[in-house]
Amino acid sequence: MPEVAHAADRRDAAWWIDRAVQILVLAGGLSAIVFIAGIFVFITREGAGFVFDRFDFREFFGSPRWTPTSSHNPTYGALALIAGTASVTGLAMLVSVPFSLGAAIYIGEFATGRVRETLKVLVELLAAIPSVVWGFIGLSIMNPLIIQVFDVPVGLNVLNAGIILGLMAAPIMTTIAEDALKAVPDTYREAAEAMGATRWQVTFKVVLPAARNGLVAATLLGVGRGFGETMAVLMASGHSINLPTSPFDSVRALTATIAAELGETAAGSDHYAALFTLGIFLFLVTFAINFAADVFVRGGQRKHRRRGRRPAASANP
Amino acid sequence: MIVPVQAHEASDYAIEVEDLAIRYHGKLALSRVTLQVPSQEIFGIIGPANSGKTSFLRAINRMDLMTAGMEVSGRVRVEGRDVRNWRNPYALRQRIGVVFPLPVGLPLSIYDNVALSARLRGTRKRADLDVIVERCLRRAALWDEVKDRLDSLGSLLSGGQQQRLTIARALSQDPSILLLDEFSIAVDPVTTMRIEEVLAELKSEMTIVLVTNLVQQARRLASRTAFFLTGELVEVTETEAMFEGGAQDPRTTAYVEGKFG
Repeated sequence: MPEVAHAADRRDAAWWIDRAVQILVLAGGLSAIVFIAGIFVFITREGAGFVFDRFDFREFFGSPRWTPTSSHNPTYGALALIAGTASVTGLAMLVSVPFSLGAAIYIGEFATGRVRETLKVLVELLAAIPSVVWGFIGLSIMNPLIIQVFDVPVGLNVLNAGIILGLMAAPIMTTIAEDALKAVPDTYREAAEAMGATRWQVTFKVVLPAARNGLVAATLLGVGRGFGETMAVLMASGHSINLPTSPFDSVRALTATIAAELGETAAGSDHYAALFTLGIFLFLVTFAINFAADVFVRGGQRKHRRRGRRPAASANP
Repeated sequence: MIVPVQAHEASDYAIEVEDLAIRYHGKLALSRVTLQVPSQEIFGIIGPANSGKTSFLRAINRMDLMTAGMEVSGRVRVEGRDVRNWRNPYALRQRIGVVFPLPVGLPLSIYDNVALSARLRGTRKRADLDVIVERCLRRAALWDEVKDRLDSLGSLLSGGQQQRLTIARALSQDPSILLLDEFSIAVDPVTTMRIEEVLAELKSEMTIVLVTNLVQQARRLASRTAFFLTGELVEVTETEAMFEGGAQDPRTTAYVEGKFG
């Protein structure tokens, strides 16, 4: 007698589809990890020869002399490149944080109706401008402008690259920051306004503190963007090896160095491996920034909860 | 220049409403409301959902200024003065405390929630703020439960505690008028009774407008009660009379007896 499956044991199409989708989604999630791990393994392997044979910690981090093509005495001091990237990114943040926070607050808290929608679309359009176009603006507009305004011989320098990079990072930071503001429930705004708070007081006392974690994330994303940006920095920074002492010094960035030199090296040579070592360094720094962002956001939440259990006497000095 | 309030405008009424109509995007939500709320009493407003009770409250503290599409016509006077003639609507709102149906603990510490209003008005001294915070939390019957954790987030309190925090925050404005919009919707019965006791005490100091979906709550607290139905004011009557069959309109009697709504 053929066995008739009990309803509780019968697996129908919906069950199989559910199972298949679960596996597909799992594969999607795992692939992100696989790709990241693969990239890390690749750049580590390519840079390994340099790291283990030739790497000199004091030279790499302490010397500004980057002369990998010298025939008799090649040196691999990355200090100037690190300083170049850091100075450009730092200046870029000074430019982009006020701009993007201001824009996000205006779009999210003050603008209404059509103005708001138009601005949002425009900001998103700005974020889509390719970096080479920004580099071009740095070369052909900012360069003569800086020479004229500040009366300096070269306009391709930290100032130029910092401003270009800041403007470039601002739209994406604005979008993320505005999302963070939008995530603050309207009931908070209404409650504060009903108390007689002005729009600015509502924003400053209630909305910004509530959105703090998201705003920090937006800023760190901008830092990451600045750190990793290559083409615009290559074009606007002057690309000359320098420890910058003023915003008018030309510098060279880590990323720009890799982009400019990798095509001219023999695969497997010390120079080639040294460039990959720069890549490892970039990777680690980016990882550290993201990790810091994560720790900060989580730490902020935990602090609030912990403070909750502490008696008021010690918390209110 | 400050325009002095003319003598004939001053009155014993905290709120006077004349021929009020409220539209949202042109659609009528409330019309032909004329009533007076005497100072220092609890004024109840009852009525089923969508009868315009909340819109009425929003017109009093000029929430129409920040609500897209909300239009108010007619006249609303607070303390004898047309609310549209308050050149600083923020000052008007500071005089009026509002408690919303769902508790809104701002994402600040309990202390900062209650100190916010004073800070907005420029009080900086910690000692002064300490006094305000403790007094308001005590009056809202919350102090004993939170005095040891004033630094924890207000939004992490339970629903009933958050609603009392909201009331403490409203009291910290030192308001002359307190508007309560179905405050007990998310609050357990025991807490509701405690808040009702608080309101009965506050009556001697401020005018309270109590919008409620519980007709018995209006009966317990309000001296006079208005009945709103589908965007119109049906009547305003002494509360006891309304519940003892003395309502002027048969619909009111039917509503308070639980026959509809």
